[in-house]
Parts: sequence; structure tokens; C-alpha cells
Amino acid sequence: MAHHTHTSGSRDLKMARSMCWHCQSEVSGEYFCERCVKVQPVSKETDYFTCFGLPRRLTIDQRKLEAKFYELSRAFHPDFYQNKSEAEQTISLGNAATLNTAYRTLRDPIQRAEYLLDLEAGSVKEIRTSPPSDLFEEILELQETLEAYRASDSASEASRTLRAQLVAEQAALEGRKHALEQQLQRLFTDWDALQDRGDAGAQACAERDRLLKQMRDLLSNRTYMKNIVTDLVATIG
Amino acid sequence: MSRIVGIDLGTTNSLVAYMKDRKPCVVPGRSGRTMVPSVVAMTDNGLIVGDPAKEHLTRSPDRTVYSVKRFMGKGLADVQGELSYFPYSLTEKDGVIRIQLGAKTYSPPQISAMILKELKQRAEAHLNESITKAVITVPAYFNDSQRQATKDAGLIAGLEVLRIVNEPTAASLAYGLQEKTQGTIAVYDFGGGTFDISLLKLKDGIFEVLATNGDTHLGGDDLDRRIADLFLNEIQTEHHLDLSAFPDHMQAVRLEAERVKVRLSDELKTQVTIALPDGKGRYTRELTRDQLDALVMDIIEYTLAPCRMVLKDAGLTPADIDAVVLVGGSTRMPLVRQRVRELFGKQPHCDLNPDEVVALGAAVQADILSGGTTDMLLLDVTPLSLGIETMGGVMSSLIRRNTTIPASAKEMFTTYVDGQTGVDIHILQGERELAQDNRSLARFRLKMPPLPAGIPRIEVTFLIDANGILNVKASDMRTGQSQSVEVKPSYGLSDNEVERMIEDSFKFAQEDVIARKLIEARLDAGALLTTTEKSLSEGSQLITPDTMVAIRAAAAALTTTKDGNDPKAIRARMVDLEQAAQPLSVAMLDESLKRNLQGKKVTEVM
Repeated sequence: MAHHTHTSGSRDLKMARSMCWHCQSEVSGEYFCERCVKVQPVSKETDYFTCFGLPRRLTIDQRKLEAKFYELSRAFHPDFYQNKSEAEQTISLGNAATLNTAYRTLRDPIQRAEYLLDLEAGSVKEIRTSPPSDLFEEILELQETLEAYRASDSASEASRTLRAQLVAEQAALEGRKHALEQQLQRLFTDWDALQDRGDAGAQACAERDRLLKQMRDLLSNRTYMKNIVTDLVATIG
Repeated sequence: MSRIVGIDLGTTNSLVAYMKDRKPCVVPGRSGRTMVPSVVAMTDNGLIVGDPAKEHLTRSPDRTVYSVKRFMGKGLADVQGELSYFPYSLTEKDGVIRIQLGAKTYSPPQISAMILKELKQRAEAHLNESITKAVITVPAYFNDSQRQATKDAGLIAGLEVLRIVNEPTAASLAYGLQEKTQGTIAVYDFGGGTFDISLLKLKDGIFEVLATNGDTHLGGDDLDRRIADLFLNEIQTEHHLDLSAFPDHMQAVRLEAERVKVRLSDELKTQVTIALPDGKGRYTRELTRDQLDALVMDIIEYTLAPCRMVLKDAGLTPADIDAVVLVGGSTRMPLVRQRVRELFGKQPHCDLNPDEVVALGAAVQADILSGGTTDMLLLDVTPLSLGIETMGGVMSSLIRRNTTIPASAKEMFTTYVDGQTGVDIHILQGERELAQDNRSLARFRLKMPPLPAGIPRIEVTFLIDANGILNVKASDMRTGQSQSVEVKPSYGLSDNEVERMIEDSFKFAQEDVIARKLIEARLDAGALLTTTEKSLSEGSQLITPDTMVAIRAAAAALTTTKDGNDPKAIRARMVDLEQAAQPLSVAMLDESLKRNLQGKKVTEVM
């Protein structure tokens, strides 16, 4: 299977050896050419973890991430390239934009996990259009209550009752969402532990696939839940 | 690298600042005042800017432009609701507002350029060097069109605008430099025409904007209008006078409203006096601070909704904010300070001069760009979501609001019909679902290779640069070739128009110089004629009749030339007269020496 080549040990091999755009000397992923000290464009193949010099793990030290973000911002921000050549200014602009996207993605645990899934399993983010099976009845009922509330006269007693129901439902859904996030957190820890072992055996591979699948399912359930809550909040204000 | 100045181009006042010995300082004018009123007046002798133009507000209201910042990057329909407040007349051409001044119309960037030029000259006179580069500040909540219009204004004024900086962020730089604080700060910026609220994290010299919000059409102007409306209504009922027929008096009321508001920041009550037209005497009343507060309370409340929103966006509560910094003249109002204190639960910081802090911050940013300051870095955000119109008139967001800039997003486009040669793309900015409820920024047509439907793959990169301004690039993923994209702004000047305005501005500048030289030459010629006349009356007995005739002839020639329009000719005739009158001057000098020596002993002279 294709994703087996993406174990943490092979990460360095992925980085394409290339040439400095300015002096043509060899650069291998460094941000500045060792010979002419010119800034190098961050390669499209460089993933966000590599960009920040981090291993592909789902638990990240936020303070370290921020410190690295500030350090790289000082290296790439267009403010510091005002006196440089146009080529360097263009590279600085592109690198800074990539860096900002990378930071935004890695900073948020959910986005980070979605990004890692994408890297590891090449998945396109699955958008769930029907409720998860265990929630089917409840969601259907909620949709009916929502519609009844929208159609009701806001001053009536019935409307107040419906509203109270919806408020209770919102709390229940948020509780579920929170439980999902805790479940996800446990999977994140399991994933990191598996990666740390660096085991490439058949059993480890099966475990890896299982974790990826579970994370994907939970993430899409969580997104579905989040959208329902957003819709609910927008309706009851 | 040549010097870069920092400019605060404000709704009511503008300032220019620079870095001196690692400290920002504002350039004073000849009178010592640092603020240039953002007012431009068309007089019989040409355009004038600043304090002298302000005097024309009541004298020739239809030819005196103020608060032009409210019109930057806007179409006429955007400002329909407030047109009646402005005594000058506005029209529209190609989606850009034009302001009628005498026989000509000017776009808001052209008017702003006149203010920028005044600041440029002020800086040049103070620093004794030519200034061609600047950092200009804008409200954080300015959209792409408004930012672009500001950049155009700079170009027209002969300034290379190296950076557009958000006003509250600029203020945080000046604050951070002075206070050396770390932590999370809120900058509440309530100016003459705009309101911004920004939350920033200050850590190790990095100024990271967490979120920003605001209203680009809410400021001191609105407070003045509310007060002016009260006076106008009372004048109507008490004196049976509708002042709207008297533009000069309308301006007098507006200016008095502003003065009253300013006075009530220090006093608890004040006297209002407005002269009425047609010999109807005066309107007078007393206004207390409590009455003012009640009058404008709801406007102040409008600023609090964005404050709550910005906290929500940043995921913070008031308790997380370590300091609140006040910026903008309107924050001098005690009611504003009180409401801000109540919302954030802490005493706002008001040690910095709220009028100057933005310009000072702009000077700091200018110093960062020129390589002088290397330990500070600003990481700003885009205030509004950027997206494109998709099927069904819905906006699809590509870059969310409060994303750190530079920011980029890529989108792949293909065709739906065989042989289709283009796809129309409509770029939007805003937070609403439907395209029509958001701000239209620009449109462009993406060229497609004529292939079966779905085969072409054109990747479009939307990049918001460090100025918060959008750049669009497209490339064919199949061939790897990039495509030039000609974006037509929905509310802005085209490159050609800006080009033409720069030329015009240069031409005007030359005309201005000639006009000034002429005025100076005439004044000098007048002075020379007066002194010559005086000398002739005192010393005609000392010179020959021939010299006398020569002097008279030269003086007559100068008198004639003086009324012409050629400063060079006037200067030449002045030289002629001085030469002709030289024997007279020499003779008079000898005469006066002789007179001084008479009656004195030789020893005294020796």
C-alpha cells in the first residue's frame, strides 16, 4: 500500500535535493543557501510538520510551535526584504504566506489531525451529509423541532416551550461533541505512541490503519455535530 | 536607502512622522502645530490645504472638501444616506466618486494626494531633504478597494507607498516601544470617521494581531452631526429658520458642534453661540455633558458590538486583556472612556497622545522597512473574509477574516462546456452568505484552452500581501504556463487613470510653482518700486537729470511688467531698475556718511 512509504523514518528521503535559484549550489531543504545566504522558496512538497521542524505527531507543544513560528516569521516576513532584490521579495512573500497557513493548521488540534490524515492516507476531507447512525433518530427529531420553532409565533407559549427544548438539545449536543473530542484525544495519544515505537511490522501496520480510520470517522462525526450546533445557535440566537 | 516617513492620513487631521535617534517624532509645521487639517479648498488663487483651507469651510463651503476619507474606495450609492450633510457636490464616474470643485471634478484619491503633498513638503522643509517613500496608515477595517485608493493617493502625490499599515496596529507599535509591555492588549481606535478594535499579543518584539473588527463609517463626524442636528432643530423651532438653505451657516453649526463636543470633554457645561443669517441675531443655549452623553449614547454603544465580536473571534474574555490602549480624538470623551472601562473591566491606558500615536507608529514601521529597527515585527491580519461568487450567487470563502497576512489560497477552475474559452470570476469581500450582500472587489475573465469540458485545469492563486491588498495569479496546471490576469476593480481607479492623475498632479505642481514665483516676484517688485520712489523724493538733487530719466523709465517698465504673468520678466526689469538707480543709491549713501561725519572730531572718526 502506498502509504507505507510515509513512515517517519523515510521523511528525510522525501525532501527533494535541489539547487539554489541564485548561485546554483546544492540546497537540501534549508531555508537559506549555505553559500550565498539567499532565501530559498519553501518547496511545495514540504509538509507543514517538516516546515516547522516537527515530527508528524498529533500532540504538539503549543509554546514551542509559537516560538518556531515567530522565529520563521523573522526569517521570512516581507518587512525584512524591502532592500532586497525582487526575486527575494517574491520568495519572502510566498514563504510567509505558506508559513502562516502552516501555523494556522498546526495550531488547531482538529485541523492538525485532518491535515495529518490527509498526508498519511491521502484522504479528501469527507463531508457527511446524513447523521451518524447512533444519532439518526435524535437529529431527525431536532430538525422537526427547529422547523416548528421557525414557523411559530415568537410571542406564543408554544414558541417558548420549543425554544426551551432547543436550548436543552444544544447543551446535549455540545456534551456529545465534547465526548467525541475526548475520544479523539485518546486516539491522538495512541497514534503518537505507535509512531514513537517506530515499528514497521504487520501488526503495527494494521494498528496504524485502524487508528487512521477511527480518527477519520470521529472527525467527520464531529464536523457534522458542529454544523448542527451552529445552525441551532443561529436559529435560537 | 533613502528615508521613509510615516503618515497618518486621517479623516479630520493628518500627520507625518519620522525616526530620530531611534525614537519616532512628529514633524511640526511652521506654526508648531503637528496636525494638518484634512481639508482642501479651491480658491481663486488655486488649491490650498490644511489650516488656511479650514478657514474656507464657512467662506466657500461648496468649494472646500473635508472628511474625504469617508469616500475613499466607494461608489456614490455607498454614501447616498449622508450626501445631504456635505456642502460640496458629488458625482460618479466608472464606480468612483468625483468631487466637483469649480469647473473640474476630482476623485477622492486626488484630494487625499493634495493632503499627502502638503505633508511631504512639510517633512522636506523640516528634514531638508527630498522625501519619496512613505508608510501610510488606514483603518484596520478598510477593505481592499479603500486600501488600494489610499495607495493610489500616495502615487498621485509622488510617494512610493512601501506599506499600508492598519492604524490600531501602528498605534500598538508606538505603545509597545514606549511601554515595553508583554501580553495581550486591546487597541480601541475611535477617530474622526472610522472605528477599529484590534486585539494583539505582544511577545519578544513580535506584535501579533489576534483579531480585528470595526466600522469604517463611524466616528467623531457622526457625533458632531448628532449635536448639529439638535441645534438645527432648535433654530428651526425658535427662530423659524431653515439653515439648510445657507451652506455657510450649516458649516458654522457643524464647526460649533465639534467645538462644543471638545469643550465638554474637560468641562461639565458649555455655552453654544451661533450667528444667524438675515439679521436674525444669534442662537444661544447651554449644553451640559450629561445632555451630550444622552444625545450620543447610542453611537458610543455601536462601538461596543465590534468589541464583543473581536473577543469572540480571538476566543478571549475581557479578563484575558492585560491593557486597553485608546487611540483617536474621539476617545477623549469621558463617556467613551467610561464605556470602554466597563466593557473590559479595566482602566484604559491614555498616556499616549491619541492624535499622534498612529503617525508615530507609522514612523516605527517605516524604520523597520528601512532596516533601522530589526527587533520588532508586526504580524497583521486581514479584517474581512475573501471569496468568490459561486453558482446560485453564494459566496465561497477562500481566506477567512482574521487570517495572518501574507495569506494565500489556491482554487482550481475548469470548464463545463466543450470548447469553452473562459470563466468569469467575481471576487468578493465580506462575511455574508450571499454574494450580493458582500463587497464586490473585482471581476476578471480566466482564459481557458478550448478543450472538452472538464479537461482544462487552471489554478488561481489569491494572495493577500502584507498591505492587506489582493494579488491574483493564474497558471495552467497542464502546461505549467502562467497567465496574466487583468483584474477590473469594482470601485477603484484603473492603472491608466492613476497614471493620468499622476501626470496631472505633476502639471499642477508646476503651475503651482509658477503661480507662487509670480506672486513673490510681484511682491518684491512692489517693494523695490516703493523704496525707489522714496529715494527719488529724498535724493533727486544728488543725481544728474539723465540718471533721473533712466530711473523713471526703468520704474515705468517694471510697473507695466509687474501686472503681467511672467515672473522671469519681472525679475529682469527689477535688475534694470536696480542698475539705473545705482548712482542714486551711491550718492545717497555718500550723503548720509557726510552728514554723519559733520560736527564730529577727526579723532572720533578715526
